[in-house]
Amino acid sequence: MTTLLEIAAPTIEYRLLGPVLIVFVGACLGVLIEALVPRQWRDEGQMIVTVMSLVASIVVLWRTWGPGWRTVGAMGAVSIDGPTQIIWLLILVFSLLATLLFAERKLGGGVTSFTPMAAAVPNSTLERDAAAARVEHTEVFPLLLFAVSGMLLFPAANDLLLMFVALEIFSLPLYLLSGLARYRRLLSHEAALKYFLLGSLSSAIFLFGAALLYGYSGSFSFAVIDAAIAAPSQSDALVVTGMVLVLVGLLFKLGAVPFHSWTPDVYQGAPTPVTAFMAVCTKLAAIGALVRIAFVAFGGLRWEWQPVVAGIAILTMLVGSVLAIVAKDIKRLLAYSSIAHAGFILTAVVGASTPESGLPVGQIGSIAGIAFYMTAYGFATLGAFGIVTMVRGAAGERNDLVAWQGLGKKHPWIASAMTLFMLSFAGIPPTAGFIGKWAVFSAAWRGGYWWLVLVAVLMSLVAAYFYLRVVVAMFFSEPDPEVGDVHVAVPGIGTTIVVATGAVMSVVLGIVPGWVLDLATSASQLLR
Amino acid sequence: MNPSYYVILAAILFTIGIVGFLVRKNALVVFMSVELMLNSCNLLFVTFSRVWGNLAGQAMSFFVMVVAAAEVVVGLSIIVMIYRARRSASVDNASLLKF
Repeated sequence: MTTLLEIAAPTIEYRLLGPVLIVFVGACLGVLIEALVPRQWRDEGQMIVTVMSLVASIVVLWRTWGPGWRTVGAMGAVSIDGPTQIIWLLILVFSLLATLLFAERKLGGGVTSFTPMAAAVPNSTLERDAAAARVEHTEVFPLLLFAVSGMLLFPAANDLLLMFVALEIFSLPLYLLSGLARYRRLLSHEAALKYFLLGSLSSAIFLFGAALLYGYSGSFSFAVIDAAIAAPSQSDALVVTGMVLVLVGLLFKLGAVPFHSWTPDVYQGAPTPVTAFMAVCTKLAAIGALVRIAFVAFGGLRWEWQPVVAGIAILTMLVGSVLAIVAKDIKRLLAYSSIAHAGFILTAVVGASTPESGLPVGQIGSIAGIAFYMTAYGFATLGAFGIVTMVRGAAGERNDLVAWQGLGKKHPWIASAMTLFMLSFAGIPPTAGFIGKWAVFSAAWRGGYWWLVLVAVLMSLVAAYFYLRVVVAMFFSEPDPEVGDVHVAVPGIGTTIVVATGAVMSVVLGIVPGWVLDLATSASQLLR
Repeated sequence: MNPSYYVILAAILFTIGIVGFLVRKNALVVFMSVELMLNSCNLLFVTFSRVWGNLAGQAMSFFVMVVAAAEVVVGLSIIVMIYRARRSASVDNASLLKF
């Protein structure tokens, strides 16, 4: 027994893991600010700490960028390879933009989108007093940073233990953040409850799958699971059931059908900056983890999961595109759109076009395709939600599509930017979304799934219909006289930067996509 | 020791948890069902740890306990917030968000 109890000190590549550690330290500093700094300085303090730690994290990541640095670190627990680094870069850049949406005050007349006091009952005297005293929850910034640190760890996790812990680190802050809306608080509470209960169910399912995989291979490490699949010594039932349960947990976070039912409710109920952050960064982290576990741990079972994931991809595209047609709320419409996008991304996962499956060096495979798709999707999504925060009525945002009618005549610039994002979502050239769709579809085609690509192209046409519905409502419909007060508020500098960056990048990446595609291709080698 | 008994017990507990999640209406009981599922996973980890003779599974079960405790903190705060606003913790009453 003595040999079992000898514990060797682990070696950890602190510099390579720097981006994660900096964000985590920033989050802890944020908690200290809440505890020690007087209330009137907290907002500025939190903003400085959040932005500084995200920027420092990007700088450290960029200093360690390149094939020479990439390795499996922290005693095999973390894989800091190309796909991890490109997903880290995207998550950090998009969280920085989301932070600007979190901090926006000018739109709400000096207050943020978050409730003054989450503990107060809606419409109570306590809540009104808190709002009048300008009390605020500046805790949203450390919560955001904690979520980001979990999201960074999730796609890098090279074993099931770390993956489970990272899943919880980024999920728990998001459950809380979704319940903090300033207006329509009952909806926000309900979103938090639904997200929390379904999210914890999905992590329990993931965990049971992890337990079965541990029983199959005797280890949590993806490399050992892969080796055990190559030389089976245990019953196949363990590994197949375990794989299915683990994939269910990941597909839930991705928002794939039939595990999507939380998405529209949570996206609609959560505060819009949180929705924007979730829609982009959770999806990025989840697709990164899914790619790693599918290609590294279950690479040997590729023939088993490919048809199943292909079926899920078709269902996801179909349900997302069809239900978006009947959505009457813009946030709900964007939620269904994000479900459809999850389906389009899954086509590249199904294609499994990697160097291991015979992809020539320098060609755009599944991982580079996914990275580009998420870049295009991320800029368009953040920009679109930025515009959603601007269209307001007497009590907060007006998210019903009826209120958006005739917006193009009064505010042509805002409506044009929204149109640009919709075209990018729909994948119409020359926007970034077109190149993204082409990249993931070509990865699926190369993997031999030409019929899946045909279905996906058909579904893109269906999806284009509901995106154009928003454009038609803005430009070609008369304002409904019964909608009451609708105006486009003048945004502060933060939201302006987000919308402008989103619009510029949606065009630039559509016209000169080469540099991002090259960057993604150079960082598409999975290490195991 | 025959591990299959423990695996079957864990599977039964997990199934009870899922059924409880699906049929019960009180958010607290629904949440308890999730905790039961996590504990069935712990039983499985410890069993397989014994089968394989390594400590990874036992280490994992500690992580699961810590995560479950953190989840309780977040979950109860959300459930209490809802209860105070609606005077009910029924998951069926929370149905404002739909088409």
